[in-house]
Amino acid sequence: MYDIIIIGAGPAGMTAAIYGRRALKNVLVVEAQTYGGQIINTLDIENFPSEMHISGFDFATKLYEQAKELGTNFVFEKCIAIKNKKNCKEVITSKGSYEGKSVILATGLVNRTLGLEKEKEFIGLGVSYCATCDGALYKNRDVAVVGGGNTALEDALYLSNIAKTVYLIHRRDTFRGDSLEVERLKEKENVKIVYNSVVTNILGNDHLERIELTDSEGATNEIEVSGLFIAIGKVPANDIFKDVVELDKDGYITAKEDCHTSEKGVFVAGDNRQKLLRQLVTATSDGAMAATEAIKYLRNLD
Amino acid sequence: MSIIKGEKNNFDEEVLKSKEMVLVDFNADWCGPCRMLAPELEKLAEANDSLKIVSVNIDNEGDLATQYNVFSIPCLVLFKDGKEINRSVGFKSSDELEQFVGE
Repeated sequence: MYDIIIIGAGPAGMTAAIYGRRALKNVLVVEAQTYGGQIINTLDIENFPSEMHISGFDFATKLYEQAKELGTNFVFEKCIAIKNKKNCKEVITSKGSYEGKSVILATGLVNRTLGLEKEKEFIGLGVSYCATCDGALYKNRDVAVVGGGNTALEDALYLSNIAKTVYLIHRRDTFRGDSLEVERLKEKENVKIVYNSVVTNILGNDHLERIELTDSEGATNEIEVSGLFIAIGKVPANDIFKDVVELDKDGYITAKEDCHTSEKGVFVAGDNRQKLLRQLVTATSDGAMAATEAIKYLRNLD
Repeated sequence: MSIIKGEKNNFDEEVLKSKEMVLVDFNADWCGPCRMLAPELEKLAEANDSLKIVSVNIDNEGDLATQYNVFSIPCLVLFKDGKEINRSVGFKSSDELEQFVGE
């Protein structure tokens, strides 16, 4: 039986582990992929206090080593569900199950998808959710970016320096993102902005070759692209917890700054919590808070 | 078996004409998930004497990446008798790698 089981080894989860271990609690971290979370895709972090420049990989590795050094147990298994038991919580994973007196949910966010057929199949074969990760592989190719927010604008600008042509596809006739970025994009000769259109089909044999666009009048046309960068935001993946804790209408776990969920002994930390600002520093802050509250909860159990 | 550095000049010899099965890892220094994968590949190499692993840096070997339609890294391509037989994109643990090469 663990004192604290943390689901997710991103910055929030690993910070919670550090706080838990420093209070000499028995801590297990359950992670589906590898440690680090979203931050490992960030090339250069410039806004974390005391670090002028650090790569996301180095940041995550330092945090992981710190948590390990303090005696945190890690298992790399996918959490499928959590269950309330009489005197504890059960965390069920792809490989087994673990019992903990308290649980911290720190599963972060996942990419929002278009929900099109072949979208999943073509991930890594033309479909991407990260321009800075995969952009370099599209030198002199034609690509499309979907979205209307700052990420889509930044992605289009970044890709315009690598790809031959960049189509920026937006479902409205104006951008809600930064207007300066829009002006910079309009000055780029190889960027074509396609307004009032959505991607309705992803086409190709063994990799992406074409996409179908549908405009607001319902007319369709196909364009040839090797890359489709989907930048329509991120969403929480809290569905597996919805029978145990309360979610808001957007799927975030409802909790205030104290990170208490609607269920006693279950806490939330990081981007999957209802909050105003989702940044590295607020994720780590949540980790500290959730662990501290979990420790308080454990004290009251005894 | 140790991990071999793959380049345009030795790709034919080391991969396409190889008698053994070859796992090619397309990667880059700036890619976080690639750096996460590196120690897992080393574990795989240590545990499998007969498996040849070739590491290709896409910044130095852009032509190879284009030729093999590598659109995201890390990208693992499994070759047998000069032909691609399996492919995987993204991080994999050494256990998952074992499964991938064993399939």
